[in-house]
Amino acid sequence: MASEQLSGKKLFGAFAICGAVWAALQAYLLHSFGFVWMVALADAGISTILLSVACWLINNNLRYYQPDRGSYIYLLVWCGALAAGCAAACRYIIPFFGFGVVYDNFLKQSFIIRLFTDFLAIGWMAMISALFYSQIDHKKTEQRKTEAEKLARDAELYNLRQQLQPHFLFNSLNSINALIGFKPDEARRMIHQLSDFLRGTLKKDDQLLVPLSDELTHLNLYLEIEKVRFGHRLQTEISCYEKCGKALLPSMLLQPLVENAIKFGLYDTTGEVTISISGELEDSYLVMTIQNPYDSQTSRPRKGTGFGLSGVQRRLYLIFARNDLMETHANDNIFTTIIKIPQL
Amino acid sequence: MTRALIIDDEPLARMVVLEYLQAFPQIEVLQECGDGFEGLKAIQQHQPDLIFLDVQMPKINGFEMLELVDNPPAVIFATAFDEFAIKAFEAHALDYLLKPFSKERFVKAIDKFLSHSNTAPAAAKTTETLLEIAAQSPAQNERIVVKTGTKVKIISVLDVEYLQADDDYVSVITAEGAFLKNKTMAFFEKTLDPRHFVRVHRSYIIAIQQITRLDPYEKDSHLAILKSGAKIPVSKTGYVKLKQVLGI
Repeated sequence: MASEQLSGKKLFGAFAICGAVWAALQAYLLHSFGFVWMVALADAGISTILLSVACWLINNNLRYYQPDRGSYIYLLVWCGALAAGCAAACRYIIPFFGFGVVYDNFLKQSFIIRLFTDFLAIGWMAMISALFYSQIDHKKTEQRKTEAEKLARDAELYNLRQQLQPHFLFNSLNSINALIGFKPDEARRMIHQLSDFLRGTLKKDDQLLVPLSDELTHLNLYLEIEKVRFGHRLQTEISCYEKCGKALLPSMLLQPLVENAIKFGLYDTTGEVTISISGELEDSYLVMTIQNPYDSQTSRPRKGTGFGLSGVQRRLYLIFARNDLMETHANDNIFTTIIKIPQL
Repeated sequence: MTRALIIDDEPLARMVVLEYLQAFPQIEVLQECGDGFEGLKAIQQHQPDLIFLDVQMPKINGFEMLELVDNPPAVIFATAFDEFAIKAFEAHALDYLLKPFSKERFVKAIDKFLSHSNTAPAAAKTTETLLEIAAQSPAQNERIVVKTGTKVKIISVLDVEYLQADDDYVSVITAEGAFLKNKTMAFFEKTLDPRHFVRVHRSYIIAIQQITRLDPYEKDSHLAILKSGAKIPVSKTGYVKLKQVLGI
């Protein structure tokens, strides 16, 4: 922005200098035709001021409206009209000063030449302005583009970090390490579940919509691993109507919600914890409800939404451009997250 | 004979420690605990020499549990991934194990403990410093864990009205009453969010959201009137700090 203002000022300076030079040249020319300096200067001053106004008009016009390729002809017409206006104003205003018959005659005769020079000058101005503003526009678009690219990159990195879930990964490996000693078969099974889960998270495209049945299969892998880790403390209930299976939702949308529910539920209470997940079709929405217990005595339900939850909300917004698709509430020591996914 | 406890919320994680410990017949595991409350009870009951402690656990985490123990035993931490905890360990823990850890690494940690066990007071000192660092982790400066009798109470810092020095303790005053915590004023001054808590006096830290009025008192000092009606003395330097935070 600073550089743009700077070049705007520079442009104005150049414009003023050009005007002064223009007026001086015109005055000198008129004087060389034999008019006294006073008359020459007055004529030059008035016509240059008029010309400047016209130039300012065309410049302002181009600042807010850049003609596309097809409509340059209108710009030409507009330049012509302004030139005609300038020349005519000179022709009819200056005689009021009463500089004498010789001068008035000269004014009439020079009308055509004034018209053409005005037209040329205004045309120049239009061309320079058009170039200048299109360059600024171009710079701005470029800036927006790099900004958007940076945002996209940040989002991608964030996603990668989320997918890796180091805490989950290392704890799972630790469980496998324990199982290898005395239950090698279970260790092997857990390795396969973990691999399938990780592979699933890696290949998923953020924008892709997948059927609920696929998403639940993936979610089950995750839940099986967590159940091995936490033993009997973690119970899950999944209830979805059969016809929901084909409903579409963004991939990997449920997992962070369930992860949040598990963390919240398991780390906030000491007994057994049941996480329930249910899905149903309502009007043209797939409505998923995830519930976990918490202890209202020791933790107020997290201010606003948790870290994982805000990520889900952001994704829903990016995909569906709506902010009202997720809601959470807490009562009777149960924390509930509800998301609605529009079915097109 | 070394008496030990294993405190971890994941049964399989406890099992790994048990299995590796089979190589050390001189270490006896008295009990396995699944959360910080159980751990606290077991420590008070058994007075062990060594505990294996996970950081992320239900209700109160490993650091918070240690804060409540009067004479903490030697601690070997076992954790999966917690950048902040690791930073704390690197500086001050007797040793820490990053899950999953190998038997060799585990043996090394035990050897370190056995060779250090003659210098137990030094271990207690490092545990204290460790907790101070851990208390600065973002998750932990949102709440204060205190013991009332045999019960553990978790106080959200949002509920704290002010803190008052009380001999070797600090009294944490909330709408529900006052709770003693065996920490120093300097500790709370360092760990509480300075945008919300100001040490206005040698013996007082107040939550600035609780202030309703500031009245001039004797020369150079002021009185802060809190929502609860409590009147807290504000020293000259405390007043300067308070003005800075409030932007007046």
